[in-house]
Amino acid sequence: MAAEILAEGVCYQYSQSSKMALKDVDLRIRKGEFVAIIGPNGSGKSTLAKLFNGLFVPTKGRVTVDGLDTRDRENVWKIRQKVGMVFQNPDNQIVATVVEEDVAFGPENLGVPPEEIRKRVDEALEIVELKDFAQKPPHLLSGGQKQRVAIAGIIAMRPDYIIMDEPTAMLDPVGRKEVINTVKRLNREEGKTIVLITHFMEEAVEAARVIVMSEGRVVMEGSPREIFSKVGKLKAIGLDVPQVTELAHRLRGQGLAVRNDVLTIDEMVECLCPLL
Amino acid sequence: MPIVVKNLTHIYMPGTPFESVALRDVNWNVEDGEFWGLIGHTGSGKSTLIQHLNGLLKPTWGEVIVDGVNISERGVNLREIRQKVGLVFQYPEHQLFEETVEKDVAFGPKNLGLPEEEVTRRVKEALELVGLKYDEIKDRSPFELSGGQMRRVAIAGVLAMKPKVLILDEPTVGLDPRGRDEILGQIVRLRERQNITVILVSHSMEDIAKLVDKIAVMHKGRMVESGTPKQVFKNYEALASIGLDIPQVTHLMIKLKNKGKDVATDVLTVEEAEAEILRAARRKGHA
Ligand SMILES: Nc1ncnc2c1ncn2[C@@H]1O[C@H](COP(=O)(O)OP(=O)(O)OP(=O)(O)O)[C@@H](O)[C@H]1O
Ligand SMILES: Nc1ncnc2c1ncn2[C@@H]1O[C@H](COP(=O)(O)OP(=O)(O)OP(=O)(O)O)[C@@H](O)[C@H]1O
Ligand SMILES: [Mg+2]
Ligand SMILES: [Mg+2]
Repeated sequence: MAAEILAEGVCYQYSQSSKMALKDVDLRIRKGEFVAIIGPNGSGKSTLAKLFNGLFVPTKGRVTVDGLDTRDRENVWKIRQKVGMVFQNPDNQIVATVVEEDVAFGPENLGVPPEEIRKRVDEALEIVELKDFAQKPPHLLSGGQKQRVAIAGIIAMRPDYIIMDEPTAMLDPVGRKEVINTVKRLNREEGKTIVLITHFMEEAVEAARVIVMSEGRVVMEGSPREIFSKVGKLKAIGLDVPQVTELAHRLRGQGLAVRNDVLTIDEMVECLCPLL
Repeated sequence: MPIVVKNLTHIYMPGTPFESVALRDVNWNVEDGEFWGLIGHTGSGKSTLIQHLNGLLKPTWGEVIVDGVNISERGVNLREIRQKVGLVFQYPEHQLFEETVEKDVAFGPKNLGLPEEEVTRRVKEALELVGLKYDEIKDRSPFELSGGQMRRVAIAGVLAMKPKVLILDEPTVGLDPRGRDEILGQIVRLRERQNITVILVSHSMEDIAKLVDKIAVMHKGRMVESGTPKQVFKNYEALASIGLDIPQVTHLMIKLKNKGKDVATDVLTVEEAEAEILRAARRKGHA
């Protein structure tokens, strides 16, 4: 039995809707991978995320987690233990009246012993820099602080698969970098599988693989370098590339000899130094 | 419609264990027609500050003067203030409440007592401005939309009021790149056409650098700096130390300069960087 999340021929239709939100999606997320999903508004990213942890079941096709079919009610519990999720809107995620209880909620539900929970909660709050807020009611926090609470929750839960739906949307630039570094560390050092849904192209660059959704379908898939070198194609579906990638593209257009697959500032510096 | 903030301090839940000083002695002058960017780390007080500008929050100390009127004074018509000062909340869900998109966007203009045709005209126009198709979306429930679609509806609701001062609290959170550029582009055009004042709260240094005339920087409840983008983004270390950043292309130019290259570093947009690099490359005969 393969350790992976597998979507085969998945279609999803919301009951109130006449349109399919997902159409024939085939995807494989291998255990230990770091995958980013990008796509325009309404392209089906959040819907897909909710199919991955069994919150939704496919209208057609199937989703399996480590071989467990999400349609089988008996598997729900096991799947929720394996696949943790940070939702797009942290407001919908907060369940407790005190920050640290909220962070403890996930591991408590998994039956983690109390001392271990204490340790995990402290650690998680430390990582997201909310230790001073441990005793506060979450609804009194700022937008970005709430988002950090949700991220701490998933860190404390430690599921094998971590699905994050726009986890950094409301964070300041330094906070965003910190979250991405934490995500990378969870992936590299603890072998956690990461699925990161984002509208920040600079974040997608950090993943090993990028999946591009458009109108309910997977339309592109590849390494960040492959994906972001297709500037025109991405722009045509409403997406973008990092600023330095865009700059390289424009400079090439002006006849300057720079690579077309620059992704980071340092790569760009390297490219430009011989020319300036 | 100038806005003057004088010695504004805001304390949430004073005298309780949850007491929190969100603003400390903030002074700020927003002149008619200006385009301000408000930046600051998570929890620095941005949302708290702007909610004072239309009277949603009351100063603990200090005052907020809109168009010459101290709005926390008794007898001030807050409804009138809110019609002039439109605020798009950080969480669009907090702004949506009607059962269809059309009703939701129409709510404000209807409350102004406008005739029905005018309301419909404004609803169509506002939805168009945020890139939604009126016929496709008008009968849908705002709560059964994707995150980015919801945000667009929330922005449309405020635009339909035609405010004189438009305040947007992280309006592009959750929008895809095209949506982000479209909405910001519409706001720029709206401002040029109607000469409205705009205050944009954002964590995107790139958007701020590209759009605004002036930036105010919040840090732990204080306004620690204000000035033009070039002035504010000059000091990378200081910004980074309070959770902020500079645009990616500005970083690039600083790194090139540090390598001994003869390039200007006060570059804020991709276009400016392109021009500056081409200039430097031409000097070396490479372009
Ligand atoms: N509860 C719902 N009921 C009906 N339709 C829905 C519901 N939620 C989402 N949809 C529709 O399903 C499609 C996919 O939505 P989804 O939320 O998966 O998009 P997304 O890619 O996450 O977008 P965003 O970037 O805006 O978050 C959209 O057309 C959306 O309008
Ligand atoms: N209703 C409230 N009750 C008590 N404290 C609050 C409340 N709302 C916000 N705060 C606190 O006030 C401070 C300022 O919050 P505010 O929401 O203004 O920050 P912000 O700059 O908008 O942050 P973000 O970028 O995360 O949205 C924070 O420390 C926050 O925890
Ligand atoms: Mg979504
Ligand atoms: Mg805020």
